[in-house]
This record gives sequence, C-alpha cells and structure tokens, in this order.
Amino acid sequence: MGKRLAKEVSIAIAEAVAQCKVDVISAYPITPQTHIVEHLAELVNNGELEAEYMPVESEHAAMSACIGAAATGARTFTSTSAQGLLLMYENLFIASAFRLPIVMVIANRSISAPISIWNDHSDVMTMRDSGWITTFAENGQEAVDLIYHAYRVAEKALLPVAVNIDGFTLSHVIEPIELLDQELVDKYIPPLRMKYKLDPKKPITMGAIGVPEIYTEAKKAQDEAFKASYKIIVNAWKEFEKLTGRRYQPVETYQMEDAEVALLIMGSLAETAMNAVDFLRKKGKKVGLLRFRLWRPFPLKDFLRAIGKIKALGVIDRAVSHGSTGGPVGIEVRSALYQSNKRPKVVNFIAGLSGRDVTVEDFVELFEKTYEAINKKPKFSYEIYGVKE
Amino acid sequence: MPKDQGLISWKELAPGMFILEPGNSVKFKTGDWRAYKPVLDKEKCIKCGMCYALCPDLCYKKDEEGYFICNLYYCKGCGICAANCPKNAITMVLEEA
Repeated sequence: MGKRLAKEVSIAIAEAVAQCKVDVISAYPITPQTHIVEHLAELVNNGELEAEYMPVESEHAAMSACIGAAATGARTFTSTSAQGLLLMYENLFIASAFRLPIVMVIANRSISAPISIWNDHSDVMTMRDSGWITTFAENGQEAVDLIYHAYRVAEKALLPVAVNIDGFTLSHVIEPIELLDQELVDKYIPPLRMKYKLDPKKPITMGAIGVPEIYTEAKKAQDEAFKASYKIIVNAWKEFEKLTGRRYQPVETYQMEDAEVALLIMGSLAETAMNAVDFLRKKGKKVGLLRFRLWRPFPLKDFLRAIGKIKALGVIDRAVSHGSTGGPVGIEVRSALYQSNKRPKVVNFIAGLSGRDVTVEDFVELFEKTYEAINKKPKFSYEIYGVKE
Repeated sequence: MPKDQGLISWKELAPGMFILEPGNSVKFKTGDWRAYKPVLDKEKCIKCGMCYALCPDLCYKKDEEGYFICNLYYCKGCGICAANCPKNAITMVLEEA
C-alpha cells in the first residue's frame, strides 16, 4: 500500500493520471481545472511521464485531439471546467458515438453569465445526454480512486468517462491522499489494446454517414453498449475493493437503514450533509443521506433499493434547468420513482449555485422542509433555496 | 410507412458504426436520388472530357471508343455535365417513375 500524503487534490489527480500511463494529454487551461493539466505538463517536461502533451488553442481542439489520438489506440486524458466544457460540446457526442475510451476530469464550475469561477454542477449537467459515463467524487481520495476506475471502465466498455470534482472545494484543497502502488495500477489498468483503431496497415472508416436506413441502428447499438457499461462499472469497483480494500458503489448511503426522511446530493457537499445527519440523529430524528457516485448510466435499481422505506426525499440540485419541472437530478429521480411502487414524497431544492455555501444549518433546514412534505403538498415543483427575496 | 426500414441489424454493426471493409463506398448507390439523367448524343460529342472533369461524383469513365460514359449507378442527376458541355451534347431527361 502507498503512503498517505498531504496533497492538493488536483496534483494527486495528475499523479494518478500519470500512473495510468497515458499516451496523450490535450487540454486548454481554465480555472479551476488548471492545476491538473499544469502538473501533467510538468511531469512530461521533466521526463517523469512519457506522453505527448498537446497544448491546443481551445477546448474544442483539446477534445478533437483526444478523439484523434484515442482513435489510433492511444490512452488519452483531458480536463476542463464550465465554458471549456461547453466549447467541447459537439465533440463530446462524437467521442461517445465512436466508442472512444477518453477520460476527462471536470472541475465543476458555474456557467456564465454572470461570469463565475465558483462551483456548482451547471456545466456537467449540460452533457447528461452525451453518452459519457459520469461519476462524482466526494473527496480527494475518491477523486483519485475514480481516475483509476475511469480508465478501467472506459477501456472495458469502450466509452468515454467524465470524473467530476467540485471546483475549488475539491480541486484546490489539500487532503491526505493515498496513491496506489504502481504495481497495483499496472495490474488494474493493463495496456490498452483497441480492436478497432486507425491503422494504415488495416484501414477502417470512422465517422461514416448515418443515412436514415442505419442511424437508428447505430444509436440503438450505442445505447445498448451504454446500458451494458453499468455492470462493467460495478465490477471495476469490486475489483478495486479487492486490490485496495476501499469500497465504492453507484449510490452511497449514510444512516439510511431506518431513515424516514432523506436528502440526496452529489459531490463534496455530501460531507457537510453528513454532519447535519449526525446532528439530527442526536436529536432523535431518523434522517439519512443518499449520494449518487454514478450519474450516467443512471443507477436506477441501486437508487430504488437505497431509498428503503423513507416517506419523503429532498433532492438537492446544483444546477437550474430553466422552465423545467425541477433540477436535472430532481427530474431524473421523480421519473425513476414513477417506475416503482415505492414513491416517497419528493421535494426538489436548487442550492449551492456558484460556490454559495450550503452549511450544516442549511442542511438541517432542508431536512425540516423535507419533513413538511410528508403531510403537506409542496407548493412548487422545485425551490431555489436560500435566495434573498 | 413500413416499420423496418433498416439495412442491417444493430447487433451486426461494428462498435462506433465503424466500417471495417476499406473502400466499400463504391457499393453505395446514389443513382436512385436522381430526377433527371444525362443522355449523351454521340453525334455532337467531341470527346473533350469536360463532363469527366467536372462531374462531382466521378461518374464519367472513358469507353473503348473514347467517349465519356456516365455511370448511372452513382449519377445523382445534378446536370453540371450538361450545363458545361461545349457542344450541348448532353441532355437532362426526366426519369420515368
């Protein structure tokens, strides 16, 4: 086992990416992601990592370069935030439709306007239909472990993976982090051997036209592959547990065994929410917490199992979906519950936009609001929490 | 409208809809998109090859006698050949339904 060392999470992520022996890194700097690719550039420059570092003129080019490199069978990495992700947008769909195992870290940041460098999930939520496997880390250790996991999964499923870390809250925080021994990394992530790749010796066509007589079939094939990735994702976590003893599941639960009311959240705010759970538990309230570690493919069965017998669920979104029936997670959760016989009352909050603090006291209040929903029909399908009237 | 207009089962597609057979676009019939087809009048033709040079789909091929003949398997009927023929030897004729 490796040593636990105090490291900035971005630096630890870069080191984990290097341990995965990437061949090509292509990125454009954007806050709060910058430290990750900066450190990778240093590692390449110092000769500590044998990889091609492609500084490009934009994120559109960064994703294009990753697509091109991955198409030749190279192991690739990129990282971005907010506007950078949006500039990659059209290429995200091409990466997934081409079944290329690209790994990207998104240091989540609010989308402009108003211009903001601070954290919420409005950037990644725009790509929820793009066919990328999407995971969310809660802390630095998990962020690093999700990198190893991402390569394992991407290359088995032949699908791109986006690992999300909260900008600043995770990216710029120093935590004690344990990197795996290189030997274990090599075992967990064997060299990439792509069956189909661009090779002059064995030419194939990528990106052929999808006429109406074949486009539907191409999408069906992609959708089935995406659904099938669920097992690969879960198995990769099981294998990771065997190697490291660290256990990861698609849906994380905290104090859910006898919970009657729960909150659901993604990312690093879950740590604060757990403190609120502890506080309310001491007062005898049966509250619990759910967290989606896996967002795409949506962990439907795990979610339905995890909610247990709760009477009300407060879903906390960190992005606005204008004119919709809720935040992105709220919509998804309501839709999931409609397919089930278990239907707790659902209240949907939008909180923590652009790095606004959501404190333990806030979570206590959100729990109280969720309690109210048991007997009272909420007035709105979602509420932007904490807004100054 | 027929239920199944697909050419191939989704299960048989290579990942990413990659085409594993190089150069198989020659099999792609584009001739059925056509409304008008070019008809050559060999009496007027001077074998200059303008049609051959300008055809955007590379449909024209020289035959043994030196005439440039349009391959109707690919010809989409754009009419560029007819419009540019210096001797008006090519006429666009409406395809019969």
